[in-house]
Amino acid sequence: MKISMLGRHIREGCKNLLRNSWMSIASVGAVAITLLILGVTLVIALNAQQLSNYMAGQLQVNAFLKQNVTKQQALALDAEIKALPGVQEAIYVPKDQGFKELQQSLGKEYQEVLQGFSKNNPIPDKIVVKAKDPKQTLGIAAEIRQMDGVDKVDDGKQVVDKLFRFLDMVRNIGVVFVVGLVVMAMFLISNTIKITIFSRRREIEIMKLVGATDWFIRWPFLTEGIIIGVVGALVPFALIVYGYHSAFVRMGGTFLAVAFPLIPTGALAQKLALVMFGLGIFIGIWGGIMSVRRFLRV
Amino acid sequence: MIEMQDVWKQYPNGARALNGVSVHITKGEFVYVVGPSGAGKSTFIKLMYREERPTKGHIFVNGFNIDRLKDRKVPLLRRSIGVVFQDFKLLPRLTAYENVAFALEVIGTSKRQIKRRVADALNWVGLSDKADMLPSQLSGGEQQRVAVARALVNNPAVIIADEPTGNLDPETSWDVMKLFQRINDRGTTIVMATHNKDIVNTMRKRVIAIEGGQIVRDEQKGMYGYED
Repeated sequence: MKISMLGRHIREGCKNLLRNSWMSIASVGAVAITLLILGVTLVIALNAQQLSNYMAGQLQVNAFLKQNVTKQQALALDAEIKALPGVQEAIYVPKDQGFKELQQSLGKEYQEVLQGFSKNNPIPDKIVVKAKDPKQTLGIAAEIRQMDGVDKVDDGKQVVDKLFRFLDMVRNIGVVFVVGLVVMAMFLISNTIKITIFSRRREIEIMKLVGATDWFIRWPFLTEGIIIGVVGALVPFALIVYGYHSAFVRMGGTFLAVAFPLIPTGALAQKLALVMFGLGIFIGIWGGIMSVRRFLRV
Repeated sequence: MIEMQDVWKQYPNGARALNGVSVHITKGEFVYVVGPSGAGKSTFIKLMYREERPTKGHIFVNGFNIDRLKDRKVPLLRRSIGVVFQDFKLLPRLTAYENVAFALEVIGTSKRQIKRRVADALNWVGLSDKADMLPSQLSGGEQQRVAVARALVNNPAVIIADEPTGNLDPETSWDVMKLFQRINDRGTTIVMATHNKDIVNTMRKRVIAIEGGQIVRDEQKGMYGYED
């Protein structure tokens, strides 16, 4: 296709859109709603992925020792754990230090309550173990559980499992929604363009008679579809990025309940733009091709 | 120029439009195609610009092998043929000038070329002063002349006309026929399906008569030969 022709095709596409403005608005709306839901799902999914990476990096095994274990025995255990394959570090935290950490993390309000326990520290000694690879965490935890002197092992499995199951569910529901909506949006675009074609079939007939190529006839309808797709992506994209950024700033870059870092707006916007505009244009082109296809067969 | 060898056409609904037609039309000829309605005239005409494809047989037009022509190449064939219809097929929202320019625009002609060639074509059919009028502001004869200008503007080797005077009164019909005669004088081949007895019998040319999907008569300077 010649470049000089491109301008004409875009002009014609715009003309078509304005001629059936109501159907065009309906199509843009359908694409916008589809991509809005897709975008929100994507924001959640991307942050969930970020969360799971973050959590994986944070995963550690807390091995609590029995109260009657002496310091020597504890240090021996620590050495034994360090020697396990796949262990990156194993830090022995004596009960006094554990108590101090607890004091610090709870803050001033609880000082008095804790004061009562200071004579008779209820916190056990513990060894904090971190695996080289987060996936090995559970295996290492199981081995530590077998050791003498170890009372309880907390590997954080239950919390993480529940969270991941929830995130999977969110993602699956999102996928079903989006697939349904994409189909609906394509159908609407295809219908909008069909109306254009119907009102212009005389023009198309003459174009064919004087020797216009099929692609020449097709292009204005494709640009029409592409414009619908792009405008339909622009609106929800702006909404989501603006909304996300506001939330991001208000929360100070972390998600409160879990205190994990959110993806910065810029990085998220890039990914969103790629997916949303890509899909918007795809829906538009597909709708355009589907509607012209049957008509061009003569 | 135009060659048909044992051409058969059967439509998907079973109707048999042509049954073994062979014909040869040389460059620069002026040919009338006559015959009763539904005898296969339209199909005969439509095969030439590949609006329809033959079921059997071979067709050559302007060096294109039509029965083998790929869909992709059809536009090239059409650019070498000008087509004129009974109902003019002008675009109602475009002016006379724009209607003619349209034929050049869609094949990617440059703006400057379009300007020059459209002006020439309109001048040739005698409508330079009505270039900015819409089809609805023109008489039937004028509309048909715009359509002829559009068919001409590509400088086609062949002009195919399907009852070009069918919607015109006798006087206007003659004006349009004179136009076709002038086009033919330039060396352009003309194939015209027509029901106009007066014209065929007065402006004597080669006449091909089609009945029941077969050529029943083919004579130089022939007569119309039907009573309608």
